[in-house]
Amino acid sequence: MPTLLTSKIIKEEFVEKISELSGQDVHICMQCGTCSGSCPMWEEADFSIRKIMHFAKFGMEEKLENLNTYWLCASCHTCTVRCPRGIDIARVMEALRQLTLRKNINFIEPSKIPSEKIKEYPQIAMVAGFRKLTS
Amino acid sequence: MKINYYPGCTLKTKAKNLENAAISSMQILGIEMEEIERWNCCGAVYSLTDDDLIHQVAPVRNLIRVKEQGGDKLITICSMCYNTLARANLLMQQDKEKRDTINRFMDEEIDYFGEVQVIHLLNFLRDAIGWKKIREKVKVPLADLKIAVYYGCTLQRPPEVGIEPIGSYELMTELLESLGATVVDFPAAAYCCGSYQVVGNEGAAQNAASIILDTARVAGVDALGTTCPLCEFNLAKNQDALIQEQKIFKKIPTFYFTQLMAVAFGLESRTCLFELNDPASVDLLTSKKYIGLT
Repeated sequence: MPTLLTSKIIKEEFVEKISELSGQDVHICMQCGTCSGSCPMWEEADFSIRKIMHFAKFGMEEKLENLNTYWLCASCHTCTVRCPRGIDIARVMEALRQLTLRKNINFIEPSKIPSEKIKEYPQIAMVAGFRKLTS
Repeated sequence: MKINYYPGCTLKTKAKNLENAAISSMQILGIEMEEIERWNCCGAVYSLTDDDLIHQVAPVRNLIRVKEQGGDKLITICSMCYNTLARANLLMQQDKEKRDTINRFMDEEIDYFGEVQVIHLLNFLRDAIGWKKIREKVKVPLADLKIAVYYGCTLQRPPEVGIEPIGSYELMTELLESLGATVVDFPAAAYCCGSYQVVGNEGAAQNAASIILDTARVAGVDALGTTCPLCEFNLAKNQDALIQEQKIFKKIPTFYFTQLMAVAFGLESRTCLFELNDPASVDLLTSKKYIGLT
């Protein structure tokens, strides 16, 4: 169903928050979809990155809540190096994660990871995973 | 010749095979890898938010250790450490304001302005040693080994810190060719293995790894060569389960490039700690008669 864009939906201050955290201007996104086509996590994502960028551009905070796309981001930077507008999209995804994490909400609960998994994981997996997915 | 070397956490435990093989092979080439004193975890990933400077402290502290000890170069092997250290270094070189804040925050340390050069071992092998010298040291040529080089994300992205330009895989290709192996074109060389998502979204990470492994099967390779302990973990450690789930159809053994160097230099196979690899890896080397049949 189409969403009617009204001043209630478009939150300019949310766009500003994203820009402040990521240092990127999401407004210049031209919706070409190169990022979506480059993403290794596209299969599991609720919405493609192109759509996430679209929601971000219009400050549609509610639309972005509870989506898994930016939590699936592995910061591989493929979208970043391919974006024809030069947006560092990995930074935008990080900003979206941080907006949740900074409310003291964890995406994964380290204490719930089975101990046999902890034994297996290389340190960099845990250090990186906890830094990206926990507050 | 001695070089300053930053191992990182994983090379001391889960990826001891990457480190051991590197140190022994470098000795053959006349290089002593000297671990920098009092190094700490680099943080594994570079912080991508503009206001987050506290996570730059860990990598910068390691670079300060090198400066303090009179060094101007730092060699790393782990792809993630390389990326994090090189990007933190770039920040300290380019962003005056953030540099001042970080230096002021670490007031018990000497000031740092990005003087140390962070170098990946592959670059060092080409630039300071050269493929010719490596070819001369080969005792067991890896003839008849069809291998693909797998770079993953952090060696080349973002391009400012890449060990070579995006789309080019010359460094590892030329190294492995110098060792006698046949390097096969591999379209998934820079695909993401799923990285740290193995902790948060295991299924998604496994799918990402499966695409790489299946592309390797289609390319007809015997094995994959990697530099990153996390890539190695994601690609190698779960292949039996992936076959059962029919996400891949054939086991693809994986090796660290340093292990292949050590094998080609004729070093004892215990220096490579193959017990940390999947059994398929050592089976392949034995069947090709590169390592002892004992």
